[in-house]
Amino acid sequence: METLYKELKQYFDVDEFSVQKASLAFLRVPKSQLVSLLTHMKDIRGYTHLVMVTCVDYLEQDSFLLTYLLHNYSTHCDLGIQVSISRQNPVMDGIHHLWEQGRVYQRELFEMFGIDFPGSPDVHEPMILEGWQGPPPMRRDFDTKAYSEATYSHRPRDHREPEEYMKQQLYPED
Amino acid sequence: MQSLYPPIVNGKAVYDLDSQKYIRVWQGPQHPGVTGNMSLELDICGDQVIKCNTHVGYLHRGFEKLMERRRYINCFPIVCRICVPEPDTNEYLFAAGMEELMGVQIPEKAMWLRALNLELSRLASFLMHLGGQSGAFGMGTVAQWTIAYRDYVLDLFEELTGARIYHMYMTPGGVRGDIPEGWIAHTHKVLDGASKLLDEIKHVMLNNAIFKQRAIGLGVITPEMVDHYGIVGPNARCAGLKRDVRKDNPYLIYDQLDFEVETETAGDAYSRTCIRWRETHQSIDLCRQILAKMPPSGAVHITLPNVLHLKIPAGQTYVRAESTRGEYGYFMVSDGSEFPRKVTVRGPSYSHAMALLEDLLVGVNIADVAGLMVSLHTYPPEIER
Repeated sequence: METLYKELKQYFDVDEFSVQKASLAFLRVPKSQLVSLLTHMKDIRGYTHLVMVTCVDYLEQDSFLLTYLLHNYSTHCDLGIQVSISRQNPVMDGIHHLWEQGRVYQRELFEMFGIDFPGSPDVHEPMILEGWQGPPPMRRDFDTKAYSEATYSHRPRDHREPEEYMKQQLYPED
Repeated sequence: MQSLYPPIVNGKAVYDLDSQKYIRVWQGPQHPGVTGNMSLELDICGDQVIKCNTHVGYLHRGFEKLMERRRYINCFPIVCRICVPEPDTNEYLFAAGMEELMGVQIPEKAMWLRALNLELSRLASFLMHLGGQSGAFGMGTVAQWTIAYRDYVLDLFEELTGARIYHMYMTPGGVRGDIPEGWIAHTHKVLDGASKLLDEIKHVMLNNAIFKQRAIGLGVITPEMVDHYGIVGPNARCAGLKRDVRKDNPYLIYDQLDFEVETETAGDAYSRTCIRWRETHQSIDLCRQILAKMPPSGAVHITLPNVLHLKIPAGQTYVRAESTRGEYGYFMVSDGSEFPRKVTVRGPSYSHAMALLEDLLVGVNIADVAGLMVSLHTYPPEIER
């Protein structure tokens, strides 16, 4: 993994390289170079399997950290490519032209974090939260309790004691 | 002859649903064979599907959001609910991710017990799938056999862990307890019965002319599609690729077990069923091997500090294991506090049921939609975790 990083360093502005275990490493890349790095990894380095795309919300740093995890089936190694994007203007380039399931991940990221991927097919269609009105729910500043209190009404509770109530219903003469 | 498919303008098919040539039907959200709720919005022309949209969200409980607000140990009852028929993979991966971030090693015996639990849950899940697959092609008999037999495996779980479906047996640092007295004899009896049942299934299902006629050539996955769609597990192995996490990145004690990766070359629904039938046999064999090779005694867990106040050092990792549907993974980020910063579950159904199924279903006869959908072995809670 170290050699791979040194070689990549010659072509891309990669930094913050960290090895988690023998078969897994993470590195950071600027937003503008992400798609070209992913294309390079897929076409030349044999990292052909897109394991997953995910996002971590760093509210205190005002940024989203996107992780694209790639797997190489010949060396059985994983590389997590991370890119930090601004929370104020969350727009990212799509990867749906490289992997077909990329569009599904992008749909989910738009729905859950509000990260837009211009040009991705059906990215604005609701996927899981059909008819959702509020802010993207997976963001860390989303207040679950306030949202549910504002959106849903309380069902009045039946205060009758079940034992008494059933007795009256079933045996009214007693 | 007029073309069946409508013209495509700006990348989208344009057709008038009121023209009475095309009909939109919803399949689902309830399906026997797919454990969970997921619906397919099908546009059909005659009896052929021309477009499919997968709709999920019927089971969304916000697992990943819930986990951000809970202490690590409180996440265990949540993670096992992400996959109902096979919860042990989730428990194992969450515990393994925690252990890796903490830098602790679990005892030898606990590793064997974990692997045994994982293989038994694979067996139960495969039995459920084989029943669903035959039911989708109109043979309810096999489904009744396998679902009934799965209950015997659940009985074993009950005896070992105290619970039938959600075991929460694997805890950080090992497993909750050792094997009870007499359990190994019960297990051998159940495994022998399961392998007899599988032979009967072969006669009734895999050699059945109707099943063959309907499943052969249905939903073919080619080797080129595998990486493009992120296909893993038996769905990738049916296209001839030897990919199995247990062999490629061995975890627990899988490097000490003797097994071969099962592959087929046809890539259709029939070959996927054959692979799963053979992998059920493989799971039975692996359970027997584990029982024979397991050390008879030893510690089953290590002592951790009070788990309610457990702080995990900052870091990030990805752990994976082979479930019945293929690579299952957990991406965990810790910021050094008592709560996980982020846990992402990579379920194999995610790419299978969304991108792949939508494309495979185009051109399929509407009667075969259920069979094709079940043959990809989807558990919808993994998609909307």
